[in-house]
Amino acid sequence: MSAAVTTSPAIGPPLWLLLELTYRCPLQCVFCYNPIDFAKVEDELTTEEWIRVLREARALGSVQLGLSGGEPLMRDDVEAIADEAHRLGYYTNLITSGVGLTRERLSELKRVGLDHIQLSFQDSTREMNDFLSHTRTFELKKRCAEWIKERGYPMVVNCVIHRLNIDHLDTIIDMAVRMGADYLELANTQYYSWAHLNREHLLPSREQLQNAERTMLAWRERMKGKMKIFFVVPDYYEQRPKKCVNGWGTTLATIAPDGTAMPCHTARMLPGLSFPNVRERSMRDIWFDSDAFNRFRGWGWMKEPCASCEEREKDFGGCRCQAYLLAHDAAAADPVCSKSPHHRVVVSAVERAQETRVPEAPLVFRRPENSRSYS
Amino acid sequence: MSQADRPSIRPGIRLQWEAVQNAYVLLYPEGMVKLNTSAAEILRRCDGMRSVDEIVADLESAFNRNGLQGEIEHFLQLARAQGWLSAAES
Repeated sequence: MSAAVTTSPAIGPPLWLLLELTYRCPLQCVFCYNPIDFAKVEDELTTEEWIRVLREARALGSVQLGLSGGEPLMRDDVEAIADEAHRLGYYTNLITSGVGLTRERLSELKRVGLDHIQLSFQDSTREMNDFLSHTRTFELKKRCAEWIKERGYPMVVNCVIHRLNIDHLDTIIDMAVRMGADYLELANTQYYSWAHLNREHLLPSREQLQNAERTMLAWRERMKGKMKIFFVVPDYYEQRPKKCVNGWGTTLATIAPDGTAMPCHTARMLPGLSFPNVRERSMRDIWFDSDAFNRFRGWGWMKEPCASCEEREKDFGGCRCQAYLLAHDAAAADPVCSKSPHHRVVVSAVERAQETRVPEAPLVFRRPENSRSYS
Repeated sequence: MSQADRPSIRPGIRLQWEAVQNAYVLLYPEGMVKLNTSAAEILRRCDGMRSVDEIVADLESAFNRNGLQGEIEHFLQLARAQGWLSAAES
């Protein structure tokens, strides 16, 4: 073995495959992570093309499959895709708002071997759920929850948490308990895309966050062994960045509706990267050999303070999209890190979140007209 | 854990051989655990048919070793705490 300096660990398999089947979605959530310019993408892959992606990725070792969007059920071939996924040996997760789900579709999904459904709520009351998603969907979601339970699926409820609903955490958890949820994901908003646009409205105060954590911990203790509660803190309140997508090009491959392949679902915003498309290249070629997937692998690309940081293998310098959004350089340290020269940007956003004033800019809902006017 | 308990993997969770990882994995909603050989050998036998005693006897004979009871029961407790197994029958 030579003493050569390694700049990259060996490339492992893309264990996680996330298919964003469509950007179409009847909901207009203000924290959506789909790209702001999603309305430009109209040319979705066909069923046959998605199935080819499934086969190629499975051969590379992909095994956890997310069917997401947009709202994946806007497509009428989710059943066919789930069917093939099951045949290939994937563990298939459908990530849905519930809109488009019917008892009949659920029966068919169960029959073809869909493994689990993650159902999202925006809050615990009809008023807030329907306001935050800008749709009347609360009652429909509750019905979906009953059907999912009735079919014997593990019940996974997801609720994105932010300034406007974090004070309702107790009733959100209570709602999940009453629905018989096995898993509850309380994911604090991550500030990309629409959530970044609406950040002043969404970033909670420190006090809100501390209260929420206390509430969550009490429920976690109470529900031990019955319901698992996951709580993702907003990284703006951390001193070290998250190991985003487990490290660029290490675990996750996301395929956008038009076939664009990316190491993370928000990477499309990064300038100077040309992402490969599954219509033109095989998954093997994309995963191992494309410039985009290799760009931020390992640590050879790092600048200071990351390059000489002893924690560089722990968090890989954080999130590339956040570095770009907040430091205007995708190869910079994630400004969440207190060692980043741009950390001040995060600190001042957090300081503003302690104030009680209402932001001047309006809350922008994720809808095609806004997509066109804000991109 | 009672002697009559016949452990089984919880519905919605799947044990599967993954050639690329050269390992058995446990797949569950939005997650995966790569199992070491002994964990995999125990879980493969958690089929709801065999009692804990039978699993122990089976593994002792398959690996030609004695005295595995403690280790196996300890692992089954961990697996239960992780939510990988169905609730024990009372």
